[in-house]
Amino acid sequence: MAEFLQFCFSGLTVGSVYALVALGFTVIYNASNVVNFAQGEFVMLGGMVTVALLAASVPLPVAGVAAVFVAALVGLALHRLAIEPARGSSPVELIIITIGASIFIRGVAQVVFDKQFHKLPAFSGDAPIHMLGATILPQSLWVLGGAGAIVIGLHLFSEHTLVGKAAAATAANRLAARLAGIDTTAIVSLSFALAGAVGAVAGILITPITLTSYNAGTLLALKGFAAGMLGGMGKPLGAVLGGLLLGLAEAFGAGYVSSAYKDGIAFIVILVVLLSLPQGLLGKHSAERV
Amino acid sequence: MTSAYGRILALRGVSLHVPRGEIVALVGANGAGKTTLLRVISGVQPFLAGHIRLAGEPIERLAAHRRVAKGIVHVPEGRQVFGPLSIEDHLRLGAYLRRDAGIAGDMARVYALFPRLRERRGAAAGTLSGGEQQMLAIGRALMGRPKLLLLDEPSMGLAPVLVDEIFDVILRLKTAGITVLLVEQNAVAALAIADRGYVIETGRIVHVGAGRALLEDPAVQASYLGL
Repeated sequence: MAEFLQFCFSGLTVGSVYALVALGFTVIYNASNVVNFAQGEFVMLGGMVTVALLAASVPLPVAGVAAVFVAALVGLALHRLAIEPARGSSPVELIIITIGASIFIRGVAQVVFDKQFHKLPAFSGDAPIHMLGATILPQSLWVLGGAGAIVIGLHLFSEHTLVGKAAAATAANRLAARLAGIDTTAIVSLSFALAGAVGAVAGILITPITLTSYNAGTLLALKGFAAGMLGGMGKPLGAVLGGLLLGLAEAFGAGYVSSAYKDGIAFIVILVVLLSLPQGLLGKHSAERV
Repeated sequence: MTSAYGRILALRGVSLHVPRGEIVALVGANGAGKTTLLRVISGVQPFLAGHIRLAGEPIERLAAHRRVAKGIVHVPEGRQVFGPLSIEDHLRLGAYLRRDAGIAGDMARVYALFPRLRERRGAAAGTLSGGEQQMLAIGRALMGRPKLLLLDEPSMGLAPVLVDEIFDVILRLKTAGITVLLVEQNAVAALAIADRGYVIETGRIVHVGAGRALLEDPAVQASYLGL
């Protein structure tokens, strides 16, 4: 039982990070139909920029906020410099552009920072909290709480602000959104910045537990993508559900089967989802009448 | 104006004038360039050459959303609603660029014009019938306080009783001081309510005149009205 609970804790912690990466995919996909494989690089930038600023004696909270801004700016630049000029290209071409951008960002990070692994101090100490025979790190609570706050924040933004509604309108019908006076290019830019910020927060929260390096984003992007596919691409709730389920599957797989297969589980999930339920768990319950 | 899709010219030197406060109908066969013309005016279709003036002010270089701010609002063909969003959201988004205090009042006026929308105001647009979606698309456009309303095939695919209702609404909009440029395949109905009409054929204007006069013109009748 204690063991089971222990796997649950670690699964939910890492699953929250996958959920945030998947949410980043969702935010951009919904506004622009682009699957952004540079999403993992935002996570990496969150961790690495914070590490670099901390090394330059900037206090942690300031460094974290600055890293979020840097990632948001990189998101904006990605849209303006790479995606917008290729407007009208096929989805596959756009995906390849984002893969190219991710390689570019990784390369720059390698030059600007270095090739070492880095750690951030845990926000509130390393003393594990004992609970029903299992232990949980205080940092895990930060990850869970931070992910929860972002999920709620994104929900409030999209349901209760005019700009959020405009983003939903842009996603639903870009032409009609333009005709309603919405500057859809600006809305899509905003979605890239938002995805950058969400990714960076994930990177800052998880780095005290998992370490980071210039190429930490690659695997995270793939896992976040798997989580998004599992939940149903374009569904914020699906992204969260898919992320948590994938995290749990990894934790249980590593615990009960073998930790050697941990990273393979995400790919098994992608295969199973593609073969058996390509719409994902929450599917596309589209209520369109044509 | 001249416009093209890729290398295919869709409009060849079209010129038309929409006087303030009038209903102007643009009729013609499928593929004549009617929709392209509206898209060029609202700024969602790039064009090759020409000028568009709104009350004397050149607007052809403005982005689509800036033209909306100037009072040109386009109700596109096929209604184009935001499927998952509610009716209320659509109306609020129609006033996206407005910062004035009159939004609630205008929403009440749209609901008065289309009581059906008020009944279903929380419903997702994707679940509405075709007629309701058309009302919603017009209502959304009215929330932008248009000076010039561009209507593309508002009667398409609707039951005859709804067609009458939509045309009735267009006449009431004119009474309210809104200038209307109406594109219709239902040429008889459109010309009957129009102050002025243009007949377009493969990207060129071939007839122009008062709505009634065009209805009675034998050449127009033979080619476009199926009489």
